[in-house]
Amino acid sequence: MTSPQRPPNQRPHTQRVVVTSPRTRAPRAPRPYPASREIDEQSELGAVYMRSLIRTQRRLGLLLCAVVCGSVAALPLVFTLAPSVAAQRLLGLPLPWLLLGVLVFPVFVLAGWFYVRQAERSEREFAELVERS
Amino acid sequence: MSSGYGIVAVLVVAVGTMLVGTYGLRISRTTSDFFVASRTVSPWWNASAIGGEYLSAASFVGIAGLIFAHGPDMLWFPVGYTAGYLVLLALVAAPLRRSGAYTLPDFAEARFASPSVRAVASVFALAIGWLYLLPQLQGAGLTLNTVTGAPNWVGALVVAVVVTTNVISGGMRSITFVQAFQYWLKLTAIAVPVVFLVLAWHAHGARDLTGPQFPEFPKQTTVTFDSDTKFQVSEYTPYTGSGLVDGQRVDGDAELTTGDHIVAAGSRLTFPEGAIVPHVLSIPSNTNDVWALPMRGGERFPLYAVYSLIIATFLGTMGLPHVIVRFYTNPNGRAARRTTLIVLGLLGVFYLMPPIYGALGRLYTPELLMTGDTDAVVLVLPSRMIDGLGGQLLGALVAGGAFAAFLSTSSGLMVSLAGVLSRDVLRFRGVRGFRLSTVLAVLVPLGMTLLVGRVPVADMVGLAFAVAASSLCPLLVLGIWSNRITTVGAVAGMLAGGLPALVAGMVTISAGGGGAWYHVFLTRPAAWTVPLGFVVMYVVSLLTPRKVPPGVNHVMVRLHAPENLGLRSQDRL
Repeated sequence: MTSPQRPPNQRPHTQRVVVTSPRTRAPRAPRPYPASREIDEQSELGAVYMRSLIRTQRRLGLLLCAVVCGSVAALPLVFTLAPSVAAQRLLGLPLPWLLLGVLVFPVFVLAGWFYVRQAERSEREFAELVERS
Repeated sequence: MSSGYGIVAVLVVAVGTMLVGTYGLRISRTTSDFFVASRTVSPWWNASAIGGEYLSAASFVGIAGLIFAHGPDMLWFPVGYTAGYLVLLALVAAPLRRSGAYTLPDFAEARFASPSVRAVASVFALAIGWLYLLPQLQGAGLTLNTVTGAPNWVGALVVAVVVTTNVISGGMRSITFVQAFQYWLKLTAIAVPVVFLVLAWHAHGARDLTGPQFPEFPKQTTVTFDSDTKFQVSEYTPYTGSGLVDGQRVDGDAELTTGDHIVAAGSRLTFPEGAIVPHVLSIPSNTNDVWALPMRGGERFPLYAVYSLIIATFLGTMGLPHVIVRFYTNPNGRAARRTTLIVLGLLGVFYLMPPIYGALGRLYTPELLMTGDTDAVVLVLPSRMIDGLGGQLLGALVAGGAFAAFLSTSSGLMVSLAGVLSRDVLRFRGVRGFRLSTVLAVLVPLGMTLLVGRVPVADMVGLAFAVAASSLCPLLVLGIWSNRITTVGAVAGMLAGGLPALVAGMVTISAGGGGAWYHVFLTRPAAWTVPLGFVVMYVVSLLTPRKVPPGVNHVMVRLHAPENLGLRSQDRL
């Protein structure tokens, strides 16, 4: 970082520069007490870490089941209360057959894919949190 | 449908299964290999294996038969069987794998560190396994009976022998290969004929499947009765035949009047083309357009029946011992999740097929409504719709696939049952104990097949699901997600949910159909037993807070922390 118009005969002076860089995932020097050890040794802090992870995963799992299974399981009620819906035809198939015989399966796969993505993400965030501290 | 090709197909499947199993024998050496294939199975292999194991007789022949008889309400079976895996994925898959146990009792012990919880879990795992094995053996009997005319016990015996030999020789490793192979075999066997059946249906003029008429004989049809059959006739029907009708000897031309009739075993009646098909009493007599609507099964509490089925299948999958044991073959929790996701896809593809058989059966094989052998619709349809060699070959393919279904599900059940038996009940050690337990595991249901009456295959499997959902599902879900569950609560919950479901199942199986108003609460117990199990387990746990197993937090770390942290708590895995 020397200026181009430096006067001649003068020794280039040294200068301190602060170099910043984004935080990397490279392992850093271990803290005297890493969080993984807190978890292993069942300290208060470790328990807090684990509780937060379990709570996140439980909420995700229950939410997914409630939304997907709940909406699928609402169908018998719909068919009973509104028989005209059950008599509809779509794409040449009666609606109940189309929904229960074909469409639910891709919905399940999509929901599963979404769950796996979210669950792995929260585990990754947890791992980063533990390794960083 | 007596055909040489069918016998050949069944033989090929049986021998092929043995050969693939022997290939596995060279690799499996240690006890760990025997139980869980040393946990070296990749997600795709594992998912195919789970699919192969899961698609049982109920899926291959049972669902199509029930849809054929009762219409779209029965679509909840395939939907529930698949949704069960979604629930399993979201609530159980990864923690279950991380618990690092071999069988469900192992999980109970890892989580609760209590011999009594383990013992109760073992008893339920055994009961569910046997309840599930029974319809597999019955289905095998039905298939061999349809293909060759052999008596029902022959098929059950063949499946029992092939599976026992296979499990004894190779254990889980060979089973993983066998199962993965079986999934693709089953998918081929059910999907290829569908293409030809739909083409044939178009070639025959694509008749309306949901027309306003009753099912009628598509051509002159001879119906043979293997057992005494009671059925309902809705219009005056002339026929020719020989046998015993309503207690009177018949030989030659005769007619059936409107009303109920009974035909003795061994009778052969021939009906003219276009006559309306009489129905056995257990199947509602509906025109095809009414049949195609939901909630028209004529049950007394249709909404209760459907919701009970939904609860049983959505929650029961995770409690099936042979499904759970398969998760231990994943290398880690993450792979367990990915495996489950692939399984969802594989099951979804397979379950597109059975409803097509069920619907086409209304047009082409309606006489099954008269004999009550509705489970045979998948087996009979190809040779009925397609004339000549092509139909026979497709029929043979389906028969082979059906047999694969019995073999694979029975294999998986045997491995898990033998695991539970050898470790918990008989307390045998090592490979020899496992082999001995395998033999015991098959003898019980084989004996039971001789005793039980005719309950449709898929209904019986539904009972196994109900017991699993009311006993082991609360144990898994509450055990994984709550650290308040106590040993007393776990035992109380399993007993409170599982025992009534088990008793209801036993009553249904031994007594068969009944007309009482409470009948549906016994055949579909899940809607009341599952909440009972969950509530009792949680409430009793809250009442006995001193019985929380020691070290529960440590266990929770093992179940939920990702493996890549290098936690010492997970070192034992």
